[in-house]
Amino acid sequence: MRHIISLLLENESGALSRVAGLFSARGYNIESLTVAPTEDPSLSRMTLVTWGSDDIIEQITKQLNKLVDVVKLQDLTEGQHIEREMMLIKVKAYGESREEVKRLTEIFRAHIVDVTTTTYTIELTGAGDKLDAFIRVLDSASIIETVRSGVASISRGERGLQI
Amino acid sequence: MELTGAEILVRCLRDEGVEYIFGYPGGAVLYIYDALFQQDDVKHVLVRHEQGAAHAADGYARSTGKPGVVLVTSGPGATNAVTGIATAYMDSIPLVVITGQVHTWAIGSDAFQEVDAVGITRPCVKHNFLVKDVKDLAMTIKKAFYVATTGRPGPVVVDVPKDVTVNKADYFYPETISMRSYNPVVKGHTGQIKKAVDLILSAKRPMIYTGGGVVLDNASEILTQFTRALGFPITNTLMGLGAYPGTDKQFVGMLGMHGTYEANMAMHECDVLIAIGARFDDRVVGRVDQFCPEAEIIHIDIDPSSISKSVKVDIPIVGSVGQVLQTMLKLIKESATRPDAAALEAWWSCIHKWQSLDCMRYDHGGDKIKPQYVIETLHNVTGGDAFVTSDVGQHQMWAAQYYKFNHPRRWINSGGLGTMGFGLPAAMGVQLAHPDAQVACVTGEASIIMCIQELSTCKQYRLPIKVINLNNRYMGMVRQWQEFFYEKRYAMSYVDALPDFVQLAESFGHVGLRIEKPSDVDGALREAFKMKDRLVFMDFVTDPTENVYPMIAQGKGHHEMHLPAHMTQERELA
Repeated sequence: MRHIISLLLENESGALSRVAGLFSARGYNIESLTVAPTEDPSLSRMTLVTWGSDDIIEQITKQLNKLVDVVKLQDLTEGQHIEREMMLIKVKAYGESREEVKRLTEIFRAHIVDVTTTTYTIELTGAGDKLDAFIRVLDSASIIETVRSGVASISRGERGLQI
Repeated sequence: MELTGAEILVRCLRDEGVEYIFGYPGGAVLYIYDALFQQDDVKHVLVRHEQGAAHAADGYARSTGKPGVVLVTSGPGATNAVTGIATAYMDSIPLVVITGQVHTWAIGSDAFQEVDAVGITRPCVKHNFLVKDVKDLAMTIKKAFYVATTGRPGPVVVDVPKDVTVNKADYFYPETISMRSYNPVVKGHTGQIKKAVDLILSAKRPMIYTGGGVVLDNASEILTQFTRALGFPITNTLMGLGAYPGTDKQFVGMLGMHGTYEANMAMHECDVLIAIGARFDDRVVGRVDQFCPEAEIIHIDIDPSSISKSVKVDIPIVGSVGQVLQTMLKLIKESATRPDAAALEAWWSCIHKWQSLDCMRYDHGGDKIKPQYVIETLHNVTGGDAFVTSDVGQHQMWAAQYYKFNHPRRWINSGGLGTMGFGLPAAMGVQLAHPDAQVACVTGEASIIMCIQELSTCKQYRLPIKVINLNNRYMGMVRQWQEFFYEKRYAMSYVDALPDFVQLAESFGHVGLRIEKPSDVDGALREAFKMKDRLVFMDFVTDPTENVYPMIAQGKGHHEMHLPAHMTQERELA
């Protein structure tokens, strides 16, 4: 099953490579991994999307907790949570397709953030499947490049991942 | 007053109570060596190869319970130490390894003798640090000792660039430290402990299985009380030998790949398994789906990630094994329920039947020296009280099987990583820590060559280690696997150009003896141990065809052992 694991870790050089190294050394899967400092600059927050059997997820959380740089860990998939990913996508947009791409952008509540005479660059935020769906409705030949941020996620309700 | 980084580092070691530091100098650590030279509190032991430094510090740590300390230079100094660091990591041994590094401004420029020591060691340390500012040095050293020695112990590397050792800062070494990201659990969960005690007292065919965690936590005494109070059979892993007296009647021997018939059969048939400070290693478990098929499993361990890693357990208890056993013993004594005496008696009679097959019996006859006989004689000559280090292979298994360890921290071997070359340098650390004790290094002619250069260190520091070289002219364990599983194609397991070990030992300034007849074994060992101020290298020319029995082939169940000839014959007759 797919799990989203959120981590608070010491914002020190090498902390990211400890997490990435753990996953490669033990053969765990990573779908996406994002990390950035929090409002407290001594801490980074990482969101890790992985999948595996319950036993493997249990080992992953235990092994992550064992890393000395990991301050706190939460498996967000155990409760209700919000999941978002941001995508920037550059597409060919001229002739008939220029209007069609613009319409699709509106339907998906995306934004055109850069325009040339022949291209649009579109920003789209949402859950991963929404981003996938947007890519599917575009003519694949028209896509010049895409970049996705990886998943950021937060739990619903009053409680949060804090130290 | 401001001190240089090098002076700070040495002061930290002194304030940490470090007695010995094992190392080898080089460009990046010259300021540190200069500071060491100008004081007498911390004694530096000069090895001949950095791998030896790490193993020596490891032997010191295993035999004392105190952290071992290593100092090596940047680049090859660090990479040479990696095997020793990984060895300590796999067996959870507390080490603090200080690696020199090129100047901070040169890091990343492919400078002379530069490697990314933090990157290279990351997968085989408990934690590591790169100190970029001399102001952080003392605090980092404090953290290194704290992390290395608490929770599940392990090696910690501190990488110190050369400019940090010459820059100055005020010296302050804190007494204690806390880290928000590191708080190992010590006290076991009361509810889980109660559940475990109920299960223990209801057992019909119980089995206690303990590992290196009991030794690391200095919990042998409480384990012995616990086991005696219950009257249950107990087995130790390779790493756990000595935690329970090896000559005690409740001890059924080591378990696992080369464990005793009775220990493995009891594992297979038990209904309640009490695993204590053990990690269900593949050499112990064999085939996972055949492991203790009848048993409900209790597992006490300080490391949550060891629990249910390979074998799913029923009652996990995270905590210090010593503290948990203490609580359990108290609850058992207070409980109105007693262990089921009738069931236990039937269980013991079953175990005695397995024991009567005498799986450790070997053929004494003939004019060839049997390696098992050498170990048994070593036990007798040393009164069973020596520190025994070993390398890796058949000799290691025979030492584990035939030297009945009655005390913890006496059996020093690389169980997890299986590092050939470990035995001799480890023995140096043991002998330095225990100058008057009998220290034997049981080795083979293939392993000893891997760190043979340390004979020179032994001479310099007058370490009277007794090297027991079981010389069968083969990489014996490799040959055994090739005999059993590769149709006797002995690929590269025969060393065709061995040195004359007697002359070799003598050239290093030691005493060399060659023993070729069984009747000379006892006399040679007695003579050697009488030489209290000399290293004696005993080259025992042993039977090259001898195999280690019993043996569970990789991926087989505990009940599917290769047995020695006398047992298979008797079983066929029955």
